[in-house]
Amino acid sequence: MKAKKPPGRQLLLQGNEAIVEGALAAGCRFFAGYPITPATEISEVMSYRLPAVDGTFIQMEDEIASLGAVIGASLAGVKSMTATSGPGFSLMQENLGFACTAEVPCVIVNVMRGGPSTGLPTRVSQGDVMQARWGTHGDHPVIVLAASTTQECFSATVRAFNLSEKYRTPVILLADEVVAHTREKIYLPRSAEVEVIDRIKPDMPPDWYIPYEDNSRGVPPMSTFGDGYRYHVTGLIHDVRGFPTERRDEISAFVSRIFRKISQHLVDIQQIEEEMTEDAEVLVIAYGSVSRSARRAVREARKLGVKAGLIQLVTLWPFPRHAVEPVLRRARMALVPELNMGQMSREIKRINQGATRIETLNRIDGNLITPDEILRRLVKSY
Amino acid sequence: MAEVTRLVHKYLRHDKKFPHVWCPGCGNGILLGSLIRAIDRTGLEKDRIVVVSGIGCSGRISVYVDFNTLHTTHGRALTFATGIKLANPALNVIVIMGDGDATAIGGNHFIHAARRNLDLTAIVVNNNIYGMTGGQYSPTTPYGAVATTALYGNIEHAFSIAELAVTAGACMVSRGAVFYATMLDELISKAIVKRGFAVVEVVSHCHTQYGRRNEMGGAVEMLRWQKESAVRVEKAKEMSEEQLRGKFTVGILTDRDLPVYTEEYEKLRQVAKKSLITKN
Repeated sequence: MKAKKPPGRQLLLQGNEAIVEGALAAGCRFFAGYPITPATEISEVMSYRLPAVDGTFIQMEDEIASLGAVIGASLAGVKSMTATSGPGFSLMQENLGFACTAEVPCVIVNVMRGGPSTGLPTRVSQGDVMQARWGTHGDHPVIVLAASTTQECFSATVRAFNLSEKYRTPVILLADEVVAHTREKIYLPRSAEVEVIDRIKPDMPPDWYIPYEDNSRGVPPMSTFGDGYRYHVTGLIHDVRGFPTERRDEISAFVSRIFRKISQHLVDIQQIEEEMTEDAEVLVIAYGSVSRSARRAVREARKLGVKAGLIQLVTLWPFPRHAVEPVLRRARMALVPELNMGQMSREIKRINQGATRIETLNRIDGNLITPDEILRRLVKSY
Repeated sequence: MAEVTRLVHKYLRHDKKFPHVWCPGCGNGILLGSLIRAIDRTGLEKDRIVVVSGIGCSGRISVYVDFNTLHTTHGRALTFATGIKLANPALNVIVIMGDGDATAIGGNHFIHAARRNLDLTAIVVNNNIYGMTGGQYSPTTPYGAVATTALYGNIEHAFSIAELAVTAGACMVSRGAVFYATMLDELISKAIVKRGFAVVEVVSHCHTQYGRRNEMGGAVEMLRWQKESAVRVEKAKEMSEEQLRGKFTVGILTDRDLPVYTEEYEKLRQVAKKSLITKN
């Protein structure tokens, strides 16, 4: 009997191309970017795909301008995205904060490369995990996802757009050089099978519209420029009508709401993938390309009789603690392999509060952590 | 007075966000008046207008006008405006910036927006100083002038904003002054109607942060200085360099028809559609 073919088209794509497919499937029709290795292919593919679907691509003068244009397009009602790597992501931090404060949905892809500074442009890294969380100034909530395969580049991009529209917030997708440039098989679902969420728009008469009024979800409906609501958008802390304020009660109400709208939906936002965690005594917690090595290592460890399990983080921020904590509590040891000096392991140690032994495995030489390296550590610790 | 009342009620958020933040005598109020008269003259619908501003005293204009308004990050107003215009070319996007905003921190965006020739209106209020932060020298502070970061006199040379815009490729560039409010109405309405990137440099005054330190007096004296120093572009052509020293030109510096970005992009879309269909 022939194996049943999964639905959709089967293609050979690299991660960057899959990100474009995901964005288009999610309804992205505007892209502004600036060339940078290893994210450039996203711009290149967008530049010829978008105009054919009545979308717009523009190459801006820098990354600051790119995110500015993305925010502008989103305010005009079009789902928008940019893609960059570390140095460009640093330049975007200013407008990223604007998008958080003005609550403008948009997606920022950061294909991580070695840093700091110009660093290792063509080499893999996971050095921007904390920049994605805390990069822009001021206390702010943020949603960050990570992809580990070409298929996930597609699904995580769709999800990034959906979360961004649902919660009116910028969403950062962290890919890395390996994920972005690995060419592998992908199933592209038919558009009818892709769940697409659009922002909620106001349906009251314009005179009744209070653009930043709180509600049970903490996410006010968002009107589109030109729709007749004529409201004010600013990066200043604003009152419910959108106008700048310095009133103590209004400032704290605003800041608490933008935190609450993310924190109260943590269960919806958090996403992890588990493999053999039910009886795992030693855990690997990984994300991005490293989780591929980790998966292989865990399977090999099982063959050797080591009760190993894997947690792959898809949501990095807000940290998916409700999903991770119970598994972590059951294990004797958790290994956190990362292509940085230990950024996510810090958070895991914080969540863990000393209950389980946390070990780190860090590589910063521009090369991937191999399954063998992880396996050796699992066997040693078992 | 009836006309003023009508304009105030129609275009200002008079019941929401007043009084404004500007000092008594500030040029921004005159510009705001000019802006709404100019918009009224064009007859454009309020819902179709987006006013985008940067950071600084002039940036606050967006709060007071009853359009779709966007107060952006410092220097980046044109980048946000670019996104809005591309996403919905039917919107009329007017961008208001200050001299530091447009030519220092936003200088790169300014020249590239001009080069691209998107159908935007860029109004640059030039008061020769960073007013809101307390009087630091800007790219248009004259050589030798005193600022809080140039107490021994400014040793940098000033940009000419309008000439920069002409060179960068803007299709309409004009310069007005808040003293000549009627002319300013005219220049702004022409810039809004113009298809393509249109720049209006508005010579204004900051008596609080600039006039006081540079012995130019208060608002009245500074307005008088504008009256005496402005020379019509047409007249300036017949004057020698010597005669033009210390003066500035007002009027339309350039008015040319160039391919507009959104129209070019629409053509590109048609090409893209055909080429992708034939490929598949």
